[in-house]
This record gives sequence, C-alpha cells and structure tokens, in this order.
Amino acid sequence: MSNAAFKTRLIALVRKETRQMLRDRSNLLVGLILPVVLILLFGYGLSFDVKNAPIAVVMESNSAAAREAVSGLAGSRYLVPVEVTSMAEADALLRAGKADAIVRVPIDFAEQQARGNAQVQLILNGIDSTTATSLEAYINGAIGTVALRRMDRGKSGAGSTGSIVLAQRIWFNEAGISTWYLVPGLVALIMTLVGAFLTSMLIAREWERGTLEALFVTPVRPLELVLAKIAPYLLIGLLDLAMCILAARILFQVPIRGSLLAILITSIAYLVVSLLMGLFISGVTRNQFAASQMALLTSFMPAMMLSGFVFDLRNVPFAVKVASQIVPATHFMGVIKTLFLAGTDWAMVAKGCVIMLGYALLLLALTWRTVRKRLD
Amino acid sequence: MNDTPPSVVIKALSKTFDGPDGKPFQAIDGISLSIPPGTLAAVVGPDGAGKTTLMRMMAGLLRPDGGRLHVLGIDLAEDAQEVQNRISYMPQRFGLYEDLSVQENLDLYADLHGVPADVRVERFSRLLAMTDLAHFTDRPAGKLSGGMKQKLGLACTLVRVPDLLLLDEPSVGVDPLSRRDLWEIIEQLIESDGLSVIVSTAYMDEAERCDHVFVMNRGMLLADGTPDELKAGARGLTHVVSPDDGVPARDLQARMIDAPELVVDAVPSGGQVRFICQPGCNEAALKALLHDCDCQPREEELEDAFMLLLHQHDDGHGDASSPPPLASQAPAVATNGNGDGPVIVVRDLVRRFGDFTAVANTSFEVKRGEIFGLLGPNGAGKTTTFRMLCGLLPATSGELLVAGVNLRNARAAARARIGYVAQKFSLYSNLSVYENLDFFGGAYGLRGKERRDRVNEIIRQFDLDPDVHSGNLPLGYKQRLAMAAGLLHQPEILFLDEPTSGIDPLARRAFWRTITALSQSGVTVVVTTHFMEEAEYCDRIAIQDAGRLLALGTPRGVRERSGIVSGHMNEAFIAIVEKARAAEAEGQEAA
Amino acid sequence: MDRLIASLAQIFVLCRKEILALVKDPANRVILVGPALIQSLLFGYAATFDLKNVPYAVLDQSHSAASAEFLTRLDGTGIFKRQATLTNSLQIAEVIDDGRVLMAVSIPSDFATRLAKGGQAPVQVILDGRNSTTAGAAAGYVNAVATAFNAKRAGAPPITVVRRAWFNPNLDSRWQILPAMIATLSMLQTLLLAALSVAREREQGTFDQLLVTPLTPLQILTGKAIPAVLVGVMQSTLVLLIARLWFEVPMNGSLWLLYLGLFGFTGASVGIGMSISALALNMQQAMLYTFMLLMPLTLLSGLVTPIRNMPEVLQILTYANPLRFGVDLVRRVYLEGAGLFDIAFDFVPMLVVASVTMPLAAWLFRNRLA
Repeated sequence: MSNAAFKTRLIALVRKETRQMLRDRSNLLVGLILPVVLILLFGYGLSFDVKNAPIAVVMESNSAAAREAVSGLAGSRYLVPVEVTSMAEADALLRAGKADAIVRVPIDFAEQQARGNAQVQLILNGIDSTTATSLEAYINGAIGTVALRRMDRGKSGAGSTGSIVLAQRIWFNEAGISTWYLVPGLVALIMTLVGAFLTSMLIAREWERGTLEALFVTPVRPLELVLAKIAPYLLIGLLDLAMCILAARILFQVPIRGSLLAILITSIAYLVVSLLMGLFISGVTRNQFAASQMALLTSFMPAMMLSGFVFDLRNVPFAVKVASQIVPATHFMGVIKTLFLAGTDWAMVAKGCVIMLGYALLLLALTWRTVRKRLD
Repeated sequence: MNDTPPSVVIKALSKTFDGPDGKPFQAIDGISLSIPPGTLAAVVGPDGAGKTTLMRMMAGLLRPDGGRLHVLGIDLAEDAQEVQNRISYMPQRFGLYEDLSVQENLDLYADLHGVPADVRVERFSRLLAMTDLAHFTDRPAGKLSGGMKQKLGLACTLVRVPDLLLLDEPSVGVDPLSRRDLWEIIEQLIESDGLSVIVSTAYMDEAERCDHVFVMNRGMLLADGTPDELKAGARGLTHVVSPDDGVPARDLQARMIDAPELVVDAVPSGGQVRFICQPGCNEAALKALLHDCDCQPREEELEDAFMLLLHQHDDGHGDASSPPPLASQAPAVATNGNGDGPVIVVRDLVRRFGDFTAVANTSFEVKRGEIFGLLGPNGAGKTTTFRMLCGLLPATSGELLVAGVNLRNARAAARARIGYVAQKFSLYSNLSVYENLDFFGGAYGLRGKERRDRVNEIIRQFDLDPDVHSGNLPLGYKQRLAMAAGLLHQPEILFLDEPTSGIDPLARRAFWRTITALSQSGVTVVVTTHFMEEAEYCDRIAIQDAGRLLALGTPRGVRERSGIVSGHMNEAFIAIVEKARAAEAEGQEAA
Repeated sequence: MDRLIASLAQIFVLCRKEILALVKDPANRVILVGPALIQSLLFGYAATFDLKNVPYAVLDQSHSAASAEFLTRLDGTGIFKRQATLTNSLQIAEVIDDGRVLMAVSIPSDFATRLAKGGQAPVQVILDGRNSTTAGAAAGYVNAVATAFNAKRAGAPPITVVRRAWFNPNLDSRWQILPAMIATLSMLQTLLLAALSVAREREQGTFDQLLVTPLTPLQILTGKAIPAVLVGVMQSTLVLLIARLWFEVPMNGSLWLLYLGLFGFTGASVGIGMSISALALNMQQAMLYTFMLLMPLTLLSGLVTPIRNMPEVLQILTYANPLRFGVDLVRRVYLEGAGLFDIAFDFVPMLVVASVTMPLAAWLFRNRLA
C-alpha cells in the first residue's frame, strides 16, 4: 500500500514539475538555448591558440647575417612577419594592435655577431600576456633554429658536436587545439548551469508563491518533493549532454575516445550533485533572487574558474588548489576531459562516481532538512 | 459513539515569534480548548489575533513552544505526518500552481491524497459543478478571477473527504457572491459527508452560521460558545438611530465613533446608524450626542458581541494592533476647485483585452466632494475602470476626464491633482515611514522646507512613527501610511483601490472615519470595495458586473431598485447582480 | 529654468530613494560587495595561464653527464618542478593519465653516445593535451632549453633574443586579467540591478504608485539609471583597489580618464539592463534574460581570448558589445597609460549602445507599461 501510494504521489509530482518547467519559457531558454549558444561560442569563438600572429620586423641592418637571423620567422606556422622600415612605424603598429610583437635587428648586428654577441630585440605587448607568452616561445624557437642551422652548415659533418632533437608529442590532443579541451569542459559547465542555476529557483519559487503550505498538509513526504523536482531537469541536462557530444563530434571533430556509457554515468552522477546543490541553495534562501545569486557564486563561478576548465590547476597557488578540491565540478572536469580525449579509465570513473555519490548523499540530507514540512 | 476522539484538544498552547522589530512576540498565549467531532467551529478575531498561527499549528506546520496539541486524537508532536494524512487544510493564500490548469491542479491533489480513480470521477464532477468551474477545466489557474481561485483552492482541499477540514480565512478578498458560493459548498459537504470543519474568519455573518465560535485577540481566547450564547453578551446595548433629514448617516456615525465613552461601535446602514452603547453609559449624554434623533432598540447580532468583547479586552491593554480612529480634525486639503461641476466624467468608456471586453460602455460622473463607491464581484471590471481613471491603462474608446483632463496623456501637473492608494498599500517596505513620505513628497514636486513641513504635518495628522520600517507596520498602519502618501500633495481627488481588503472590522471603522473627515474637508474620494456594508458610507455607488454598469445612485436608491430595502447591503448587491445575470442568460437564449 | 531645476530635484529624489532601498536591504548589501570581492580574488588567484610550477616526470635511461646537464638546465628554468623519476617507459602513461604531471621527458639510453658521435640525440617529450594551452606553453619552454643546450655544445655564440614586454614586463597574466575585471565585474552587477529595478517594483506593486505621480517616464528612467551607474562605478572602484593594493598591479594611466571611461561603459550596460527591465514581466525573467546575455557578452569581450582569434562574423558582432570596448579601454588606460586620444574610438560603440538602448527602454516603458 505505502509503496504504491509513494509511486502515485511521485508520478503526480514529477508530472507537475515537468508541466511547470515546460510552460515557463525563460526556463527553457536558459536550459536549452543558452547551452547551444555556449557550445557555438566555445567551439567557434574562443581559441587560445596563436595563429598567423602579425610580427613587425624592423631591419636596421641589411646584412646577410641579419636577414638570415630573422628568416626563421617566415617558416613558423604561427607567425606572419611584416617588414617595416622604422621603429616608429612598428611602434605605431603595436600600439594599434595591428602587430603583436616587434622583432628588431640592430644596425650593428653583423659586427656583434662576429664578436659572438649577436642580439635581436623582441618587444611584446604585455596587455595580452597569454598571447605574448606564446609568441615569445615561438619567436625564440624560430630564431634559435636558424642559429643552429647556421652552426651545422659552418662545420663539417664529422666535426659536429651533436645536438638534442626534441621529439615532442602532445598526448590526447596531438594538434594542440584548445577547442578539444574546451568543449568537453563545457559539458561540466552546462551541467552546472542546468543543475545549480536553474533549480536554485525551484523551491524558493514555491516559498515565494506560497504553494508549499497546502502541499505540506498532504501525505507527501519530503523525499518525494526533492526527487520530483530533480527528475525533469535531469532530462534537460541529458539533452544538453547529447547536444554537447553531437556538437563535439560533428561540428568540432573532437575525438570521443572513452565509452559513451562511462560519459553517461559520470555525467548523470555530476548532474544529480549539481541539481541537489541548486535545490539545497533554493531551500535555504527561500528567495529566488538570493538563490540565483548564491548559485552563481557557489556553483557556476567555481565550475568556471576553479575546476580546471580553462585554467590549469597545476598552475595555481596551493590554497586555491585546496579550494578547488572542494568544488564537485573539479572532480567531474578531470574525468570528463579524460573520457573525451584519453579514453575510458574505469578506475578514474569509479573514483569520480564515488566522490559524486558522497556529495549527493550529503546534499540530499541537507536538502531534505530544508523541505521538512515545517513553516518555522 | 464515544470512541470518536474530539477533533482538536488544545492544552495551554503557546507560540512565540521574533517580531519584525527583533523583539519576541507572543502569537499564541496559553490557549486551551476542545472541539468535539462533527462540529462546524469558527475562530474569529482581528488581524494579529493569532488565528493563522493557531490553524498552522493544528495542521502540524508550526511546532508549539509550550502546551499540547492533539488532532483527531493524535499527538502532533509525535506524528504530524499521520495527522496530515487525514486532515485537509486550506491556507489563507492557497498556493495554486498558476501555470497548471484547473484540472491539473485537481489531479495533483487527488494523486497526492491517493484518491482512487473510480471515486475521483464522481467527486470531481461534483466539485466542479458546485464551484461552477466545469467550463474552465483547461484554463490555467493563474487566469482565474480571485473568487474562482478561492473556489478552486477549496476544491483542491476537498478532493477527498477528510476527517477534519481546516479553512484559514477562506473568504478574504472574495466578493459576496463567491463568498456565498463558498459557504454553500462547505455546508453541502457537511451535510452529505458529515465533515468536521474549523474555519477562521473575520466576517461575523460567517461565524454566525457555525455551531461553536471561539473569539481570539492578541493570542488569547476571549470567549467561546454558540453564536446565541455569545450574542447574549450584547443584549440590551444595541440600538439603531435615524439621523435628521438631510444629514448623511455617516456624519452622525462619525460623531458617535468619536465618543468612545458612550458608544462602543457605530455603523451606517440603510440611511440609519446601528450602534452599541457602552454598558451603563450616561443616557442623557447619549441623547445629547444623538441630538434627540429617533433611537430604537434592535436585536443584537454576533458582530455586536464581538466588538464589545474586543473593546473590553483592548481597553485593558494599551496598544491595539489596529490603529485608533483618527482625530476628527481633518487633514488640510487644498480646495481650489471651482463650482460644483463634476470632477470626473466618464462617457461610453470601453476597454478590451484582445477579444475580451473588460469594461463595456460605462458612463458616470462624480461630483466634487463626493464619496463615490465602485462595487462589483471579482473580475467585474472595476479594477480596470479604476486603472483607466488613474491613467494607468489606456481606454479602448470613450471619453474620460478627471479634474478636466485625461490622466493617460496629461501633463505632470494634472497628475499632481490626484492621490492614489494602491490595492496592496504598495510602499517601499525597506524604507522608513519618513523616507517613504519624503520620497513621494519629492516625486510630487515638493521641495526643501515646504516638503519637510508637509511630511511632518502629515506624520502628525496620521499619528505615524516616522522611524519604523514600513514593511514592519501592522496592516492597519500600512494602509494609513499609504493614505498619508496619497494625501501629501493635497490632491483634489483621492483614488483608493480596495483599501479595506484583508483588514479587520476595527481597522475598517478607523479607516472610514478618516475618509469621512476627508470628504468633509472637500476632497473627492473614489473607492472600490468588496465589503458591501461599506457602500453605506458612500454618497453614490456604481455596481459593475461582467464589465457592465448595473446600478448607479445613492445607496438607498440602489437598494430600492433591488427591492431589498431593509437588511444588509450584501443581499441587495447579490439581488442586483443575479437579476442582471439572469437577464443576460435569457437574452442569450432568445438570440 | 525653474522647471528644469524642479525636474532635476524630482530625479534626485528618485535616485536617493533607489539608493536607500538598495542599501537598506541586507540581501542587497551583500550583493553589492560580496560577489565583486570574491570574484576578483578568484580571478586574481585562479585565472592564470602563466607556467610557474609545471610538474614533470623524468625517465633518464642514459644516466650520463650530458643527460644530467640537460635536466639541470630544465630545472634551472624555475618553471619545471620534477615530480617523479621514472624507471621504465610504461610508467609514463601512468603519471600523465592521472594528471599528476603535465609533461614527461624521456631520455633514451643511447643519448650520450649519439651526442658524442656528433649525431642527433632524440629526447622524447610527452605532454598532457587535456589542457593544450598549458601544454603548448610548456613545450615552448622545453624547446628553448634544448636550443640553448645545443648552442652551448656547439660553442657557437647564440643569437640572444632580448625581450622587452611593454606594459607588463614579466608577462604576468594577472596583469592582463585584473584590470579587465574592473569593467567585467561591475557590468555583471549593473546589468542585473538595472534589469531588476523596474521588475522588482512591478512585482511589489509600487510601480503603479510611481506612475501616478507627476514623474515622467524619462525622469523615472533617469532616476533609476543613475543609481545603477553609481553602483557600477563603485564596484569598479572596489576591483580597482583590489588590483592595485592587494595584487599590486601598477597603474600607469590617468585615474580621471579611467573613470570617464567607466562612466561611459557603465552607462551602456545600464541602458541594456533598463531595456531588459522594460521587457521582463517579473524578476525571474529579468534575472534569466540578464544571464542569457551576460555569458556571450563576457565570452566575446576579449577578456580571456583575443578577439582576433574569433571568426569574422563574431568579430563583427563584438562591435555591439560594450564590454569589448570597456575591457580594451580599461586595460589600455590602466596598463598602457593611454591618453584620451588613444582610446577615443572605444567610446564610440559604447555611446552608440547607450544612446540606442536608453531611448529604447524609455519607449518600452511608455508602451509596455500599461
């Protein structure tokens, strides 16, 4: 009897929540349209990769040595050297943002080189330090290889000193395309958005509209309320997941090397955690405005900043690293990127799921308390 | 049948809240009572008496701070869920899911209560028929009128036959027609299902229908008994007096209210004034107060006993939760009007929303210095008319002049000549009384010293505390502040949208005393209301239903047209509306 | 003239009411300071692309002086921190897979002999591409180390690249991000405040009360916009103080010019917010619409990724994004010390946005409020 009644009530509540969700257009806008916008923006709009960066080259010395020194710049696939006649001109280009760096070969380059003291000046625009750092490495590399080539040519094969050749391989992302790691990371971001941000308003809304009071004085149990609120948004989250996977595959050619099953399992686990997080915030604040602000601050921002989505956690100070470990998104982020790019590591998936389960149980207990059927 | 436990047994119950000002506030103060099964019991009291707190505690939604509470023989402290499984509860603001349809709301509650499918079909059709909602099952609950929402709330509460039904002020903000329908449903169900019902209410005519009445004030139980037992308390004190010809009843009533040592309560009714005199009052002084008008004893009613109990209880304490009536000194108002011409002219006013006509071909005029009442059931179009008058809504067609201009496209100066008090006394709740008034003074273009003086003056006149956060004010004072804000700039016309909705009888008396004073000083007042007895304060009233103007004239004239001259205005109103609806239905059939 | 003063006095009264209502609500007070504070700390500490501690693993099968020298040079950069010393190549996958190290350097056993023979000695560098941006940067550094190593061995004078980075000598990404936050974080709040200002009054029923006063829609709009602008600039000030005093990012430009720019930028954000406010029917909608808009505005602002990396279509779209120009303006004034003439162009799109959205909001007020 009690089991059947539980089922009836749960189905009734789920039906109610689903209908409410479907009838509120602004909810669907954030739940389904915003993810599409994000996918397209991250996929097409954002790239950390330096490509075809214009470099102003100031040749003050027109010697063959000088020409040779900068010849490597043209060979780099990242750089587009543009020769300018004066430092003033280059300066103007850099300030106007039409050049990202200035390479200046001084007038006495050849003499200095003969003395073993060749210098090339590199001026970067530090306002975009990310691009500047990458450029520095590329330009260094381009000029350095030329010097080596010259060295090799100068000496006979037998007398060569030998050199290191780096065989670099970027695992999981051979071409080093940032879209490849941004798109899987986006899964975590969207799950957080749908989970925490959207649901943060659900219980608060019922408090604000006074719909809970009548609902409480029925045979409804708190657990049923919580489960019913999760269900429709779980579905939206899964739709978003499917969109992400399809977009990754079809639009951006991101490899999906792990098993879809593992992706599905971990995503559901994380989705449940962020849904519960949203409900918990909602139940504590009882106010939609405060709830959405809280959700942004405690779920969305950390998922964006602290999870290792864009900013590599190996770079951050220790305290931030510790803080990042508290954020559930961090644990999901690691697993989902691995599943997309590296392949299925079941031990990692299992570990991730156990952590999610822990968070879920904790949040469930907390949320349960906030919807205990009491007004005081 | 001694094995059926009492519906409710309460022993020395108490509950304290943190008041909005941070001080603890005793909402329930040592109440003990017992309600036998199968009775229809009423809990009555003014705002802040603790009615809602008591109802919520019986529903297991609040935990008592002291005392014991058994419902249906179950200790609520031990098994609140079991009680909630067996009772049904309709909170004051029944939270319908406004984006779900009528049918979906009903289905939800039926599922939650586990009503079997076969029972459901019969029950739904009966509830829908009783609530007149059968044609609206697909309509979203948010699109229903206030009265329909309340009926749907009741229907959701009654999807199954509960062992006990708790109704918390089911008729607040509901027009007389819907109120009558609600009570018909409750009484039918009591008869057919043998329901036990506890209802809290501020309407004495509703309490009078109950088997047993509990009178509460400030968390305490003042008295209880059958309506007849309670009425006996006022025996011999109730009279009715007719004013001299040409004197509005409300002026005599105002004079009487201002003499609390002689008169407990007075209300205008059908051109006369019904009043309760103080027990053992000086008869000669009373006669002098009445100017020797014709005074007759009348039969006591429950309201008389209630007012008497409250006055006696409040006299023992200093601070009443509802404000005392304002001094007879009227707020000073600019009377720069010219002549006696109409200040409001409405001709062939029409407002449509899509293909729905909210106001159809309405014409009326309001004279300077009049109190004009706009009456009608929920959804009759009176709010729409009102909003058009104030310039908040454009008219679809027709002519509309307020103080000689159409406020919709009037220049700012014209708007400075009206005052407006919105339905929910909408002021900035986290600003203090002074800050609110200061702001509205500035918005109306008052500056510098002039504004300070005016604000201080109105604070004094309305007896307000300038430093209190307006959100923390009791409802009666909120309404008073809203009025003060509307009168700051000394308007010629004051618009009041349902100013007494949700306000208890004591505060309503105080409110009308202020309006009477304003009118005497020459302000034109336009007011909408649900309370038909308040029509008695007006010079002229207009009754609207379904967008059409059904009656226009003095309260007495309207009564005469309805054929119900004596008795309550309520009945006259219901008669007029029903007659018009019947004629409409006939007309449709004929066509 | 008198009419103008009277009208301004009414606007002033409305402004004061808005500010009082904002400050008196405890929930609002928290929102005024809390998010900006937390987020600027978050961005200051966590948002970095700079490699400072790259954990890496070594599999040195050569055990030679040459390999030791190479590794010493690697460690000498101060960027690479040796996290693990491996004994066989199978372990590489282990340490990379679980994210313990970003990079593994594998030196084969014939490394020293090949070098000695004057041949090419391959060193394998394996990077974790799950964040290809850091992987790429790390690769760059290893490359530089190897180049220097080779040049030294060759005994050849290398070409020294003398680097000078304008406006940010250490190429600290914090310098890149924090000044931009001065514009970004305040936009989040001003947009939301402006969007909620009317929606909230509508929900609480006070808006009707406001409309029946002699205030004109223009006055209401102005009275609500000014406090939102002030709050936005105040938040910017907060972030500015955090950037200067806490993170010690030096400021080169004129404070006056910075604030002039901020007022222009905040004005444009408030214009967008007021338009949302006029469109939204309730607070929930206002909030969700704001959020819908906020994400693309931030992502397309050039805050984290250069505008130039975006496809042509998106680059054109960014002209409608006041944040793009706000970020550019603040960065250039703050770091570059740019003068009014340099950044004059940034004002154009912002003023266009403000002068389109404000009248739009006013029009919407008049025609939708009803």
